[in-house]
Amino acid sequence: MATVSLKDLRKSYGKTEVIHGVDIDIADGEFIVIVGPSGCGKSTLLRMVAGLETVTSGEVRIDDRQVNDVEPMDRDIAMVFQNYALYPHMSVFDNMAYGLKIARVPRDEIEARVANAAEILQLKPYLKRKPRELSGGQRQRVAMGRAIVRKPAVFLFDEPLSNLDAKLRVQMRLEIKSLQRELGVTSLYVTHDQVEAMTLADRMIVMNQGVADQIGKPLDVYSDPATEFVAGFIGSPPTNFLPADRVGLNVPDQSKLGIRPEHVRLVDQTESDFAGAVVYSEPLGAETLVHLKLLDGGDVTVRQDGALPIPAEGTNCGLAWSASDQMVFSSDGSRQRL
Amino acid sequence: MAGQSGGMVEKRGRGLWLTHLGLIIGIAFIFFPIWLAFVASTVEQQDIVRPPMPLLPGDQLVENYTRALTAGINAPVATMLMNSLIMALGIALGKIAISLLSAFAIVYFRFPGRMVFFWLIFLTLMLPVEVRIVPTYEVIANFGMLNSYSGLILPLVASATATFLFRQFFMTVPDELAEAARVDGAGPMRFFFDILLPMSRTNIAALFVILFIYGWNQYLWPLLITTDPSMNTIVMGIKQMFPSGDDFAHWPTIMATSILAMVPPVLVVIGMQRLFVRGLVESEK
Repeated sequence: MATVSLKDLRKSYGKTEVIHGVDIDIADGEFIVIVGPSGCGKSTLLRMVAGLETVTSGEVRIDDRQVNDVEPMDRDIAMVFQNYALYPHMSVFDNMAYGLKIARVPRDEIEARVANAAEILQLKPYLKRKPRELSGGQRQRVAMGRAIVRKPAVFLFDEPLSNLDAKLRVQMRLEIKSLQRELGVTSLYVTHDQVEAMTLADRMIVMNQGVADQIGKPLDVYSDPATEFVAGFIGSPPTNFLPADRVGLNVPDQSKLGIRPEHVRLVDQTESDFAGAVVYSEPLGAETLVHLKLLDGGDVTVRQDGALPIPAEGTNCGLAWSASDQMVFSSDGSRQRL
Repeated sequence: MAGQSGGMVEKRGRGLWLTHLGLIIGIAFIFFPIWLAFVASTVEQQDIVRPPMPLLPGDQLVENYTRALTAGINAPVATMLMNSLIMALGIALGKIAISLLSAFAIVYFRFPGRMVFFWLIFLTLMLPVEVRIVPTYEVIANFGMLNSYSGLILPLVASATATFLFRQFFMTVPDELAEAARVDGAGPMRFFFDILLPMSRTNIAALFVILFIYGWNQYLWPLLITTDPSMNTIVMGIKQMFPSGDDFAHWPTIMATSILAMVPPVLVVIGMQRLFVRGLVESEK
């Protein structure tokens, strides 16, 4: 159990700075998800906390102890890797016990801890197997087991579910969440999957090109994005962006108007300034996604209730929304509060 | 194609017989000299020198082999076998140990001149033993290592090929494994012994076979630095048994020695084969 705090954490490779100063105070037992597209620096950030990358400037504190120059093993952390990183020649038991053996934990305690972890993760029948004899989900569990047995202060997850198929991913997501609740261990979790981020996080850090664009509770981030990037990245389908001057708002040039697909309604062409032709629709049952091409260029997606009539392709429709749902972003991507 | 059972490779009927016949003839062709050597090692001297040469084993097997092993011509073959064994094992194990460590250094540590060292090692591939044999002899002679096991082994222990092979293998080991070991608290040498070494098991076995035979078959180097018959290795020892001038060769003993010289490499190949094949079958790292 521990708090983690990052203070103006920066990372450079040579002269190229890839992390431009991240600040966050993580409370004990909090589940933080770092989310962003490939190359945004989210893994680098996590690896700096783990001690696998050096810190260029700023500081990492775990439980108020500065750990910038502390070896990973002495940071009291455990990490789950994307490809599990199980030792191929060791049995499941040995994989989980390896760290404890190095730490010279007594034999009977190692056995007790591994047995306990195996119990929690339903790995009991597989303890004698080698990793190659396990399925993807089981390997994932072994990787988690290896983290659990060490009873670390902080769990670090580096895209742990990205190698699993979709169904297993949902299942493991739930398991990770309930496990973390149960153990109450402070966790940092890196993912590029915004659904994982939304469902797992107590708070999330949305990273964009080495900058933490927004840090907050998932629903707050969703409903009140701080930047154009966050609005576009969080939510599927993404926020629609339209040139703001078209709406008649009094805003600087090049500003954009963002509106979530579920806030847009299809109305008769005559009732709206915005009109577009339906390109195609995706009926998903509970809801339908209607993709339109605006008459003056630009694409808009509308998410409407599945019970509503689905417009035929090529139909011209008007678009309407309430002014309270619209968000304005200036040309540099930052949010403008009106 | 549907209905056409059997793969492209599988042959049936006459084709199958012809293939086997071809293979059997090939094997007989290659095996025949070895058979002749074996026959020659089981008969008496007169049977060999008086044509035609017999094609079936004689009754002197035990006598000839006992004489070779205990007395030999210059030195007992048992001594030479032991010398060869020590040299071959020393070279194989030494090469494996050194190249494992140097590959480990080159792949996992960032030190100044890392690539320079790699290329220096690689460069030695271009200098076979024969090219550097005179300066090497000079060095070994100055160290007083003539007629010694260390003189036989040490100059042949460095191996660019094995270093390169292990380097390539280590580079296929995912970085995450090294990082996981770091998080688990394993230091570099611990990682090397606990994780890298067991994972290289099959590579080591394959290399051992190749290097053992390489060491066993060394001819020129032992010939140069061993003048004392008791330090002769068996491969060069066979040549030493040939008569000089008007002496007459005792062929049954020489042939028995040749057969004995072939046995250890064959045993190594057979013994390591299982591990070797398992290494090829285990696809996942």
